Amino acid sequence: MSTSTLEKRGTFLNRRKKDSRGEGDIAEKGGPVWTIVAWVATLLFFAPVAWMVLTSLHTEADAATNPPTLFSGITFENYGALFDRGVGPYLINSAMASIVSTLLVLALSIPAAYALSIRPVEKWTDVMFFFLSTKFLPAIAALLPIYLLVKRVGMLDNIWVLVILYTAMNLPIAVWMMQSFLAEVPKEILEAASVDGAGVLRSLWSIVVPMATPGIAATSLICFIFSWNEFLFAVNLTATISSTSPVFLVGFISSQGLFLAKLCAAATLVSLPVLIAGFAAQDKLVRGLSLGAVK
Amino acid sequence: MSTVADTRQDENAAPPARRATGTSARSRWIRRAPLLPALIFTIVITQIPFLVTLVISSLHWSALNPGDKNFLGLGNYNEFVGLDNYVTVFTDGRLRSAVFNTVTLTVGTVGLSLLLGLGLAILLDRKFPGRGLARTLLIAPFLIMPVASALLWKHAIYNPSYGLINGVLNWVWQLFGADQGPTIDFVSNYPMPAVIMALVWQWTPFMMLILLAGLQAQPTDILEAARVDGASSVKIFRYITLPHLRQYLELATLLGAIYIVQHIDAVFSITQGGPGSATTNLPYEIYLTTFRKFEYGEAAAAGVVTVIGTMIVATFALRVVSSLFREEQGR
Repeated sequence: MSTSTLEKRGTFLNRRKKDSRGEGDIAEKGGPVWTIVAWVATLLFFAPVAWMVLTSLHTEADAATNPPTLFSGITFENYGALFDRGVGPYLINSAMASIVSTLLVLALSIPAAYALSIRPVEKWTDVMFFFLSTKFLPAIAALLPIYLLVKRVGMLDNIWVLVILYTAMNLPIAVWMMQSFLAEVPKEILEAASVDGAGVLRSLWSIVVPMATPGIAATSLICFIFSWNEFLFAVNLTATISSTSPVFLVGFISSQGLFLAKLCAAATLVSLPVLIAGFAAQDKLVRGLSLGAVK
Repeated sequence: MSTVADTRQDENAAPPARRATGTSARSRWIRRAPLLPALIFTIVITQIPFLVTLVISSLHWSALNPGDKNFLGLGNYNEFVGLDNYVTVFTDGRLRSAVFNTVTLTVGTVGLSLLLGLGLAILLDRKFPGRGLARTLLIAPFLIMPVASALLWKHAIYNPSYGLINGVLNWVWQLFGADQGPTIDFVSNYPMPAVIMALVWQWTPFMMLILLAGLQAQPTDILEAARVDGASSVKIFRYITLPHLRQYLELATLLGAIYIVQHIDAVFSITQGGPGSATTNLPYEIYLTTFRKFEYGEAAAAGVVTVIGTMIVATFALRVVSSLFREEQGR
């Protein structure tokens, strides 16, 4: 899209642009056929998720039939079995690592975003791109030195190692997201506050944070999703005490006997927090995934 | 968006009142202060390990038979070998096949999920009953924990005796009177397509979301004008939508590529890199070299090669992000 056309059309049209799309310009032509195609495609894509949940509610015997049975007796025994096998501590570790690292990310990224949007430092775009470039470095190449250092200081199998690594992993995303949200805070309000004698911390806490709450919520959810799902560091740096849920899942597979229903129950259970977080943040998901580049 | 533009333009222009105070060193540091904790933290945690990796890559360091030279108190290495580990990386058959598998995996996954994502984005760009629900359901695969998704595909979908695909095939065959449908062991017979398919399923929603955002950012009046002038849907798509989507396609491709080059979860959980090394990609090979062969120097060299490869892709990605970024600012 050409920037100049947009500029000419001015604020009002720009604002409306997003809402007015999809009202069915291209839409009505194909009519019901395309609606059916869209739904069939959607259901095909969703089928594995549905299959996972359904299997998790079946007994092992029902789950392993061939051809598959869709509707046999519903049972929650598989979920009960997970807790008997001790999934609890893993979930707590995951929650601890994701929630604490997300809070740390917010504490670091909000002031940083302030210094990159509201009162920008010189060369602030370079700083932004530095943060972004760190996100492009493959984690596997950092794993060895991190492993050696963590081992040296005796912190293998310590949840705080994951907290720190997840904070570093998500900080660039959060800086980019928060920067784009803070840039939307009207400057006049901040100037008025500064005239009234509010300092940086005061205006950050009483004006910027409340106004950027939806942005902060979206950023937190994205960071939570990435840390909850992280596997590489978790599997290599933890052993028994501080392992997180993906590590539980991998260790859960036993070759003996029927286990498909329990596996599906475990997969559903560990995915549930992220599914909820993702559905809650779905309007902002694309902004987070594209590091704020697409709104 | 207009508020963003206003704020940013004003900031860039630096109003006179601010410039007067902004020149003193003290006020510059006050301005920088909120940024420093995040910046220092990022430099320490992300840059230093890479420098250490770079140094380790020049050492012969076999943790199984450690030498007597101490490396920064982290362990004992055997000797300094300069670029020998890189020679190994480029001549060793396993590592070369890992590079090849990484490319296959990345190109296959990104290509297919981009095509499917584009199709879904176009379908979802029109208004139809339940569009919101359809979008929510389509996001789900991306939100399933990657390890969970990999295990789900391996056991609940690909398994030859009770997996969903063979189950459905069996059901269809029996419908037509056969006793037993075909039994295909996907993971053993088609390991790479099996991994790619599971990843495509996870990444298609990602592509769809970015492309859908691109489609919805199209200026309506141009589309209307084209339609009034009698352009067909195909022509509108080819000459207006596709050029407009170009940078969104680039962004989706590059971000997807960067994530999938680094991907290890599905390889780890579905095939363990096998059979043989048929699906071992670079990250998994580095993992094996580090924690199974304990050849730290070789692993570090392979890591550096991966970083360089990723950086080449990332340079293009940064260019696209920065053009979108400047466009947002320019609005």
